[in-house]
Amino acid sequence: MSKEAVFMQGNQAMAEAAIRGGCKMFFGYPITPSSEVPEYYARVMVERPEENITYIQAETECSAFNMIAGAAAAGHRSMTATAGPGFSLGQEAMSYMSAAGLPGVVVQIMRPGPADGEILPAQGDYFQITRGGGHGDYYTLALAPWSIQELVEIMQESFVLAEKYNNPVVVVSDAMLAKLRESVVLPDYTDNEAAPEEKHNTLTGAKGRKRHLITTCGFGAVQWNQFNNDLQKKYAEIAANEKRYESYFMDEDPDIVVVAFGAYSRVCLSGVKMAREAGLKVGMIRPISLWPFPDNAFEGLDGKQFLVCELNAGQMVQDVKLSVKNKDDVHFFGMLGGIVPTPKEICAEIQKVEVK
Amino acid sequence: MKVVYEAPKINTGVPTTYCGGCGHGIINRLIAEVIDEMELKEKAVLLWPIGCSCVNVNTMDIDQLCCLHGRGPASGTGMKRANPDNLVIVYQGDGDMVSEGMAEIMHAAIRGEKFTVIFVNNAIYGMTGAQMAPTTLLGQNASTAPGGRQVINSGYPVKMAELLAELPGTVYSERVTVNTPANIIKAKKAIKKAFELQMKGEGMTFVEVLSMCPTGWSMSPVKACEWVDTNMTEIFPLGVVKDETEGLKQQEEAAK
Ligand code: SF4
Repeated sequence: MSKEAVFMQGNQAMAEAAIRGGCKMFFGYPITPSSEVPEYYARVMVERPEENITYIQAETECSAFNMIAGAAAAGHRSMTATAGPGFSLGQEAMSYMSAAGLPGVVVQIMRPGPADGEILPAQGDYFQITRGGGHGDYYTLALAPWSIQELVEIMQESFVLAEKYNNPVVVVSDAMLAKLRESVVLPDYTDNEAAPEEKHNTLTGAKGRKRHLITTCGFGAVQWNQFNNDLQKKYAEIAANEKRYESYFMDEDPDIVVVAFGAYSRVCLSGVKMAREAGLKVGMIRPISLWPFPDNAFEGLDGKQFLVCELNAGQMVQDVKLSVKNKDDVHFFGMLGGIVPTPKEICAEIQKVEVK
Repeated sequence: MKVVYEAPKINTGVPTTYCGGCGHGIINRLIAEVIDEMELKEKAVLLWPIGCSCVNVNTMDIDQLCCLHGRGPASGTGMKRANPDNLVIVYQGDGDMVSEGMAEIMHAAIRGEKFTVIFVNNAIYGMTGAQMAPTTLLGQNASTAPGGRQVINSGYPVKMAELLAELPGTVYSERVTVNTPANIIKAKKAIKKAFELQMKGEGMTFVEVLSMCPTGWSMSPVKACEWVDTNMTEIFPLGVVKDETEGLKQQEEAAK
């Protein structure tokens, strides 16, 4: 496979990366801004039969998520891609896959809610993605790339992580990253060892082994308490291993720290650079894992001013406040409805922050 | 001594939690017997619904998945498409299938998913305590239909075997019951036929089983068996609704 960059749309590059990462089963329901992903899978199924693709257009997102659960239980890599309204319909299955230990992968291509909302870029599903959007005490690993290059790499790795922890993974995209076209070096095909049956409790027929059983029905309070405690242990392990972030100009002891994630953080970084050119001492932290939130990125930053920039009404700002001691120094600049501020506007917001 | 009757081989010996006189236990046993007879233990995956049956996952020594309420046909789709050689059995009750999961079962049949659905119709919600089901008969008492189901509030009981037979994706649809020894033998034949068609790679195979719920119906087990004959079969007639086996045989002949 050549290592030359190609010029490709985010959704399509992501689908190609998933196929090369061994995800041959896609179950989806068309919803803007995700529809190029199912379209891509459907086309590869027809045009590249050697890939052995299964593409099913589900009747609802609810069904698509449950199809993933079935395919994952059968030991196959599978995924869906959707936007907020579809992600909401899938929450029952996210809760289920989390409890059942099923390694399904879901791409959440955010658009402005609530309800039907709009189809432009937004980040208003942060809470739903990071708090376990369905019922019960659970978390799903959530990774938010900022470029198509990072998106294709995370897309492939998400299957590895899902199988490592037997837990669903959410790849967090949005209408900006989905529709953007830019240069990307597509990752190679990965060698996928067949998922070890015993580790994954795979349901393939009890041949030469004991039967496997996957159930999320409790057998009394004592058993279910233990079951939940085991889940919490797993989340603690994920939290210990998978916190990811990048920081910019942070080794220059900035007075102000901008915090932003996803494609929007690229706009924010441009704003940070403008403010630096204007003489301000500014740096930036970009959380890549939204859950587990990289609170370790904020160690030793007490006393600094923080400006959290999000395309929502202030959701990640809560996680930043949980990560710093001086909570009154955490400020917020948000935009709703699908409007993306320009670097100039972000720079102006940075200039408003009073350095004590 | 000659053995004339014994527990199915895949039976683990774990007792079920079903009430006395419940039809579920008989249906579970028939499934186990057919898996034994067809030597499909190593290929079988049983998908349970949410309902009285889902706490009985330890009674059979085969791979099993307990699904979300109503979503069995969706998870079964993912599973059978992933491993088409497996025998995938989607077991559902009336609340699970006809209320919560109507979209899932209809679309699985529309796509002609090649698994077998065993639909246990006892015209009531057993597990949650005798609430009305979409298959509850008109006038039948339920805790959410005191005095009996009325059309004005709840419409009419749904005939799934007929509804699914309308769809080209369904190759076999039969309604049976387990209220008498003779009917149990017929039910077993239907289940066996469905499994055979599935293993041949045909479309959806559907067996609706009218089942007794003496607890939900507030009847003795004996009375419940009678009630299937006197009340249920009038609305839900027994027999084959659709069988495309003949057509398939002809296709096979033509192919030779
Ligand atoms: S409540 Fe009805 S369906 Fe449930 S176990 Fe008892 S008799 Fe069977």
